[in-house]
Amino acid sequence: MTQVERQQWDVVVVGAGGAGLRAAIEAREQGARTAVICKSLFGKAHTVMAEGGIAAAMANANEHDGWQVHFRDTMRGGKFLNQWRMAELHAQEAPDRVWELETWGALFDRTADGRISQRNFGGHEYPRLAHVGDRTGLELIRTLQQKTVALQQEDFRERGDYESGLKVFQECTVTRILKDEDGRVSGVFCYERESGRFFVIEAPAVVISTGGIGKSFKVTSNSWEYTGDGHALALLAGAPLLNMEFVQFHPTGMVWPPSVKGILVTESVRGDGGVLRNSEGKRFMFDYIPDVFKEKYAETEAEGDRWYDDPDHNRRPPELLPRDEVARAINAEVKAGRGSPHGGVFLDVSTRMPAEVIRRRLPSMYHQFKELADVDITAEAMEVGPTCHYVMGGIAVDSDSAAARGVPGLYAAGEVAGGMHGSNRLGGNSLSDLLVFGRRAGLHAAQYAGGLGEGGRPAVDEDQVDAAAAEALRPFSAEGPVEGEPDEGRPPENPYTLHQELQQTMNDLVGIIRREPEMGQALEKLGELRVRARRAGVEGHRQFNPGWHLALDLRNMLLVSECIARAALERTESRGGHTREDWPEMDRQWRRANLLCRLADPTGNLAATDPVRGQIRLSREETEPVRPDLLALFEKEELVKYLSEEELHE
Amino acid sequence: MSSYEAGFRVWRGDTEGGGLEDFKVEVHDGEVVLDIIHRLQATQAPDLAVRWNCKAGKCGSCSAEVNGRPRLMCMTRMSVFTRDEVITVTPLRAFPVVRDLVTDVGFNYTKAREVPAFVPPSDLGPGEYRMMQEDVDRSQEFRKCIECFLCQDTCHVVRDHEENKGAFAGPRFLMRVAELDMHPLDAADAEGLDRKTTAQDEHGLGYCNITKCCTEVCPEQIRITDNALIPLKERAADRKYDPLVWLGNTIRRRGR
Repeated sequence: MTQVERQQWDVVVVGAGGAGLRAAIEAREQGARTAVICKSLFGKAHTVMAEGGIAAAMANANEHDGWQVHFRDTMRGGKFLNQWRMAELHAQEAPDRVWELETWGALFDRTADGRISQRNFGGHEYPRLAHVGDRTGLELIRTLQQKTVALQQEDFRERGDYESGLKVFQECTVTRILKDEDGRVSGVFCYERESGRFFVIEAPAVVISTGGIGKSFKVTSNSWEYTGDGHALALLAGAPLLNMEFVQFHPTGMVWPPSVKGILVTESVRGDGGVLRNSEGKRFMFDYIPDVFKEKYAETEAEGDRWYDDPDHNRRPPELLPRDEVARAINAEVKAGRGSPHGGVFLDVSTRMPAEVIRRRLPSMYHQFKELADVDITAEAMEVGPTCHYVMGGIAVDSDSAAARGVPGLYAAGEVAGGMHGSNRLGGNSLSDLLVFGRRAGLHAAQYAGGLGEGGRPAVDEDQVDAAAAEALRPFSAEGPVEGEPDEGRPPENPYTLHQELQQTMNDLVGIIRREPEMGQALEKLGELRVRARRAGVEGHRQFNPGWHLALDLRNMLLVSECIARAALERTESRGGHTREDWPEMDRQWRRANLLCRLADPTGNLAATDPVRGQIRLSREETEPVRPDLLALFEKEELVKYLSEEELHE
Repeated sequence: MSSYEAGFRVWRGDTEGGGLEDFKVEVHDGEVVLDIIHRLQATQAPDLAVRWNCKAGKCGSCSAEVNGRPRLMCMTRMSVFTRDEVITVTPLRAFPVVRDLVTDVGFNYTKAREVPAFVPPSDLGPGEYRMMQEDVDRSQEFRKCIECFLCQDTCHVVRDHEENKGAFAGPRFLMRVAELDMHPLDAADAEGLDRKTTAQDEHGLGYCNITKCCTEVCPEQIRITDNALIPLKERAADRKYDPLVWLGNTIRRRGR
């Protein structure tokens, strides 16, 4: 039996970004003793990189806005594949979640009458994004961090211990969810990055809020943390992932210099008036308005330009189409030879507004281009191109409670959860998603844990602890050949090399435009990498050893990448964040189909998995019909584009 | 695109001690110091410990000292150095080393907890807050802080005086006090909390002798000294010498 430190908590939250902290705050306020585990320092989560804003129909900027309008926009953006109940709850609750942040000290930009200012964004009918310049994510994370500290100060006043009711275990990584013999969550197995020490937290409820998967792709806006940990933890615990083929490529990432390729250029640049041009100086987006959006976007530059000042009588410019549309358009322009010198297109604000306004409204973009690319965005155009940004797919959850399917005690919220955004997420809907479903996950996790009572807590299975410890230590004993295997005599694999090969594979073969033979190649390559990853070795010891951490993260990235590749191969249509060159049309029959990924070997024994057959099994299920009163929010002519004949007649 | 080989000198070691280690490493156009550290990890020193997250100057994780100056490695372009210059990268000096370039920044989290949180006004519910942009501008400037702790590292009050750490919150958290004090709706007063006085009495504002080192290293260009610390000092002084405040405090004390 492995001797590791044990602690007992009521709720464990894995991840301390927006969703995780919101979940933790809620669980603690419900009276649950709550532990938060995060890979980075407290307050550094990937949420800080969100720039544009939080979408919430507060109607501060346009009185016609309301949750129904927000719901409609979200469903359109997701091409009607959204788990509609989530989209409904999200639209209804987002305003309360934003207002509540003000009571915790957040300072949003203001309207002239002192309310929260709201800005335009792609796919949103009205100005809807609460924001702070272009650093909204930082404001969100800092506010939640400071609220967490405020609760700790309360606990200190009452009990003399800051960490008695809510504790953050920073720079710690969870490698396994533990379960009891009935399959209920019993805790988590973790290591501390600083010391390499293992520990177990025994808890009946676990909220996964680990964010996304972007580090499996070469060009990405995501930080190192985005290795799909939560997706993999859920799979390994027996929970299915939903619609993993939908990966959002943000249309505007930096393309030069190479070392910053992929870093995000916020959509606010376009929301505030920035335009996209090709090498011929043409605003090409007017050529790329798809049929489903034809009536909603301006046909001329003049109309598009008028919209910024008079949105009630003009239609919005096509630069503000949903992200999937804009990303594909940029891709097509570059491919047609009309790209910028470094393989992107031009995004220009310099000719659209005065330098001083640019510096005030887009301070961090100004700063970022000046510092990293020697480009003054008030004087010249930026060069931008698509970058892997967000995964719409994720852990399949119950809409109301955020409970993961099939594993009692497991919850998921934020990017790691699937369903909410359908096949494509609108900008601004991520931060609101974190708050709405973070709170719900925390609430239901606390209620579930509280309902079990002290005697009813699932026991930790010691064999699982031993297995988890052995798995985590394997990279240190990866030395040399395995007897009888053909690769005898080869040195251990370098985890950094494996990671680079994985990123290249996903980028080239399962990227923004997908083709059947390439995805087949990707699956073969993933099989090869999986075998090699078992021999990933590390030097040195367990104390703050990045090579070791990466070797362990590879398991997660390989699992998630396989889910994406398999689901993408299966879905023979193009919709939102999934574009098939060989199946270019959106197919109304596919709208009803959800693809679920499960672990092929339910015992979770990855080492025994056949490299060719893979680790993931796909299954298809039919989505629940949209509730009639929600469908009634749309015009029949619009529904015809998305819903099949049978659905329309039902 | 051109590349060259640069000389790097990186501090390696742990709590037991350590020293500078020399490396020769390839550098490409447009790269930053963090890119080079990553290349060292991938090719020569897989266990080289370093913190980083966003690599875009937004999270404040990759703080270190480059040629002795506290900086974010992700925002330090290689083009600011000459090609024959040996670049020395060392961990933040004001905090204890954990390993290589990683330091124990726990001091900052301890200080964060000592600053009482925002106090919401009791008469306003969620959604009822009204604040004018010009009234939130100042606090918003301070909220740009990415908590890289470079100001905490460079401030000479603690940089060379470990003994001051107990009594001194450092520029970042004095600025947090200023931010709350200037928040248009903070209701600390109503709870009997005078943030100006506590800045002086509990967070060590008096140690600061406005040398502006913190402002110089701030990657967000927040004017910490001019906009946060000096006004806070003035406000604290006003409180102390304001006869009405003195009288009020005296009467309140008598009432206890």
